[in-house]
Amino acid sequence: MTLVIIVLLVWLAAWWLNIRLAKLPNRRWIALLVPAIFGLTLLVIWEGVVRGLEVRAVLLPPPTAIAVAFYSKMPILWVDFVQTFVKGALSGYFIGCSAAFLTAVAVDRSPFLQKGLLPVGNFVAALPIIGMAPILVMWFGFDWHSKAAVVVVMVFFPMLVNSVQGLQSSEVMQRDLMRTYAAGYWQSLVKLRLPAAMPFIFNGLKICTTLALIGAIVAEFFGSPIKGMGFRISTEVGRLALDMVWAEITVAALAGSAFYGSVVLLERAVTFWHPSQRG
Amino acid sequence: MLKEIWAKLSPIGVVVLAIFLLWYLFAIVLNAPWAHDKAKRAGAELSFPQLVSDTWSQDKPKLPAPHQVAQELWKTVVMKKITSKRSLVFHGWITLSTTLLGFIFGTGLGILLAIGIVHNRAMDMSVMPWVIASQTIPILAIAPMIIVVLNAVGVSGLIPKATISMYLSFFPVVVGMVKGLRSPDAMQMDLLKTYNASRFELLWKLRLPNSMPYLFTSLKIAMAASLIGAIVAELPTGAVAGLGARLLAGSYYGQTIQIWSALISAAALAAVLVSLIGLMQRLTLKRMGMAA
Repeated sequence: MTLVIIVLLVWLAAWWLNIRLAKLPNRRWIALLVPAIFGLTLLVIWEGVVRGLEVRAVLLPPPTAIAVAFYSKMPILWVDFVQTFVKGALSGYFIGCSAAFLTAVAVDRSPFLQKGLLPVGNFVAALPIIGMAPILVMWFGFDWHSKAAVVVVMVFFPMLVNSVQGLQSSEVMQRDLMRTYAAGYWQSLVKLRLPAAMPFIFNGLKICTTLALIGAIVAEFFGSPIKGMGFRISTEVGRLALDMVWAEITVAALAGSAFYGSVVLLERAVTFWHPSQRG
Repeated sequence: MLKEIWAKLSPIGVVVLAIFLLWYLFAIVLNAPWAHDKAKRAGAELSFPQLVSDTWSQDKPKLPAPHQVAQELWKTVVMKKITSKRSLVFHGWITLSTTLLGFIFGTGLGILLAIGIVHNRAMDMSVMPWVIASQTIPILAIAPMIIVVLNAVGVSGLIPKATISMYLSFFPVVVGMVKGLRSPDAMQMDLLKTYNASRFELLWKLRLPNSMPYLFTSLKIAMAASLIGAIVAELPTGAVAGLGARLLAGSYYGQTIQIWSALISAAALAAVLVSLIGLMQRLTLKRMGMAA
């Protein structure tokens, strides 16, 4: 019980600290520190409540136990990471996004196709595409190829819709200017419409990072070799080894955040001119 | 008027038609090896029309032709009693109830979080980054664990599945509503301040009405996400009931036609739900005088 009370006190103290910090003038380190304190407090509350109320480890292991599992099972986690993230998610992400981008550039030449593909693409992007996973596993076998295929199908339509919209986003005035320069199709594509499309394309790329990881992991529930993050999660849940499951989730969270973060960094480098980046 | 509708619909029609053509074509290509195999064992040679008709009517094809899926849908949606375990309406209803419950939870949580974030700077600074980070975590990966753990505590039935739907659907609502609640411009805020409006009145009479267009846009995304959550949540429950369970059972037994019909009905469900929200959006915004 004392543990729970200590946790409550820590929580109140952190809360008070965050309110004080939020009132200070805007600084970069405050914008980083406040969420960090919040996250740390959550971990402390988690640890304290689990230990204080003696929640069984098969229900919810404390963060320290997860950290121990993470550290001691590093080799297994690494194998799973390579199988699911590097082979499945990343390769599917690259194939799917570049295929969608090339399709968008091709579609952009024909207004008729644009009018037809945009609504259909928007519709398909809202569908539960993840349901294709069992079919694709059947077609491409249990190894990472089928996971990459699921990722390709999942990222294709969101990416296509965003790229097509992006390629249309240059203004009539700007396009007219290109015409007065006697710019050809390729010149206006490379010098005007592609740069103008970049914010939209990066929006699509960011959405697709999460989709890619989800697709690769969920596809493994439908069949996989004896490695991979989705496989490990579903089997360890069956054995009630929840600390291992949470360690795997930590890997997924770290990989997902790093993936998203690197796309954001790339976006900052490419679309530095956009108002949302200059803020 | 008619001409406008035609101009809008004909490109969509052409694209859809092209998809169906490609589908039939792929059905021939993908199912051909099995057809040739069968013919070889029977000691017969397949002519092209025979090959086509065979690839479009196999029992467990690699890719069933659209009309086979349509037949299966007709059989399992219309011909079966809806209480029957083989009826897709029965399974669809289970998925639908999970989806809606999770959607309602998620929307409620999302709106509450957004109101908190808009009114409290400390909350904005500490919660918002984590809300965004929470979505880079492939939550669907945790789905089996949430189901198993909640089952062990004694919570079973709809709630565990709805929890997953909720987690997926609250995010778009938070992001959209924070934007929406902040959308009134300074002039309007100042006007309410001259009326001596309290913070609650400011929220109720200006911020909430102003956020409606944002809310509906996020609701559409949230609904689609909620359905995905519901389908995936049904996988680890051991393929008992629901569209996700039909997918899993189909993949165990190689019943491709069953998988495709479950997939198509999930797609139809998503389309109906999202367009219902679209309809609500149009009616509400029209009455509020905000129709685009």
